[in-house]
Amino acid sequence: MNKKLFSVVLAVLMMAVCVSGVMAQDTIKIGGTGPLTGGAAIYGNAVANAAAIAIDEINALGGQQYELRYEDDAHDAEKAVNAFNALLDWGMQVSMSSVTSKPAEATSELNMEERVFGMTPSASSTAVIEGKDNVLQMCFTDPNQGSASAAYIANNDLADKVAVIWKNDDVYSKGIYDTFMAEAEELGLEVVSDTTFSDGNDTDFSVQIADAQEKGAELVFLPMYYTPASLILAQADAAGYDPIFFGVDGMDGILTMEGFDASLAEGVILLTPFNADSEDEKTAAFVAKYLELYGEIPNQFAADGYDVVYALVGAMEEAGVTADMSAEEINDALIETFETFTFDGVTGENMTWSDGAVNKDPKGMIIQDGAYVGLD
Amino acid sequence: MRFLSFLISGLSLGSIYAIIALGYTMVYGIAKMLNFAHGDVIMVGSYICFFAMMRYNLPPVVGVLLAVIVCTVLGMVIERAAYKPLRQAPSLAVLITAIGVSYFLQNAAQLLWTSSPKVFPSIIGNGKIQLGELTISHVTLLTVVVCLVIMFALTWFTGNTKMGKAMRACSEDKGAAQLMGIDVNGTISMTFAIGSGLAAIAGVLLCSAYPTLVPTTGSMPGIKAFTAAVFGGIGSIPGAFLGGLLLGVIETFAKAYISTQLSDAVVFSVLIIVLLVRPAGLLGKVINEKV
Repeated sequence: MNKKLFSVVLAVLMMAVCVSGVMAQDTIKIGGTGPLTGGAAIYGNAVANAAAIAIDEINALGGQQYELRYEDDAHDAEKAVNAFNALLDWGMQVSMSSVTSKPAEATSELNMEERVFGMTPSASSTAVIEGKDNVLQMCFTDPNQGSASAAYIANNDLADKVAVIWKNDDVYSKGIYDTFMAEAEELGLEVVSDTTFSDGNDTDFSVQIADAQEKGAELVFLPMYYTPASLILAQADAAGYDPIFFGVDGMDGILTMEGFDASLAEGVILLTPFNADSEDEKTAAFVAKYLELYGEIPNQFAADGYDVVYALVGAMEEAGVTADMSAEEINDALIETFETFTFDGVTGENMTWSDGAVNKDPKGMIIQDGAYVGLD
Repeated sequence: MRFLSFLISGLSLGSIYAIIALGYTMVYGIAKMLNFAHGDVIMVGSYICFFAMMRYNLPPVVGVLLAVIVCTVLGMVIERAAYKPLRQAPSLAVLITAIGVSYFLQNAAQLLWTSSPKVFPSIIGNGKIQLGELTISHVTLLTVVVCLVIMFALTWFTGNTKMGKAMRACSEDKGAAQLMGIDVNGTISMTFAIGSGLAAIAGVLLCSAYPTLVPTTGSMPGIKAFTAAVFGGIGSIPGAFLGGLLLGVIETFAKAYISTQLSDAVVFSVLIIVLLVRPAGLLGKVINEKV
């Protein structure tokens, strides 16, 4: 392309961007980034799909219309920043932050700097909300997951002797591990085996499993994502070791791995705030809709995404936000509203937020016949 | 008993490193280049076998054969397209190209097959042998046996066949070999073909033992195997075998008896000590350069 033509094209594009920004609009634009491709794509797509369902439902009621746009960040902080900037150019007024922790740590800084209100469905690292007045989480923070898991194990008498296998080069895993250990000590859970792995060392778990088995752990706590967890389940099975495996939200997704033998995950317990077989009317409707559109039972990430849209929209309605308000005006209105706002969604009732973290009760789930079943 | 069972998991891991290291060492010995894309050829082999078995329901043997054929061809294509034009270039250029090829393969795999992890079906089932308290899985046995067979076959091949002799001649002096009427380019292509075929077998065994398959599956085992090849003496076939086994066993023992956090540090410290004492590796030949 010659330079002249190129510059003309650029000029036209710039005009188009400016014009679209200036034009009076009647929809409120909500944007988010998430891994729509790559290793964590299961999470990103779940959130984007569920958020789209929520937006469609809200728009179908008439009233204020909303527009949703998801940009791919491939679970990469740098790409997430670019995606976030693309959303700003598009005219995003409210943000759903990012789906996974590392990208969200980067984009939440932008939420703060650019004064765009953000609520992440599932980025659980504390760094996402720390020191920011306008970024909230729909999921539990990592430390909360650790202490909630220990409390759940102790309160339900699942085991006396516990083993932990965690990933020592991962903030997510380490964050959960630290608070799990602290809470376990307080509640008198005996952690008999404490072993780790790291990136590049995550194929052979025979030593970690043998250690837990020898020391008689009745329960193995796995604060990690589902990929290494699936290997641990397979290798424990091969070693003839059959304790209770207890996971956190990263375990969610294990059943959708291609080629995974679901019988290996039989009896795995995980703590998640969402139960897809709940009889709750709202949940049942959401699950049915998701199943119809995407052919699978929504996981916890999907539920979080769905709730974020409803929470944001609910708070905006309460604050009287209109489509012609700028991102900063909406930001200020939402910060004030969320101080007192309570929300009932599919991942919990009477949710409130303090310092960006959500207050809600986790639910225990067990995998039976290849599906999640609520324990409570 | 605890010791024995760790020894067996170490040997199983080590045999896989050894098969990959054999591929590294062959190519290094003959073409004098480090083919960093080797680990990614392993990953391609695993994907081919995975799709043959899971999507087209072919028997495992056919899957493995297909993987070997595809990888052999892939190896030759890579050599022809990326390395042959650089035959006269400085070795640094070839090294950088190899890293480029490695990234290319990883990203192509991600585009083609997405990066959501796939669970590899074991090619020989999940059977195991029980010896008292000791359990040995069939995959472990198969891996060790295949590794031994390949090691002996390669030693025999390079020592006794015409092609093998040509390879050794190229390894010693390319110019002189060419003067003696050896087709140096053909020989190097052949080396890549054999190395990549081995990579496919290594990939299938790797994924049978540790069944998660993602586009980066090959990279870390590839680097560990490269370490094993250097450890054993790069360019030496029995050296790669020994280096691979030792690396696997040391890694497992370090995890079991020292610390799961420090296992890699222990492995690489051992490597550094060995190289300080024997700079050419355990079985490597020390070649005195005439100045």
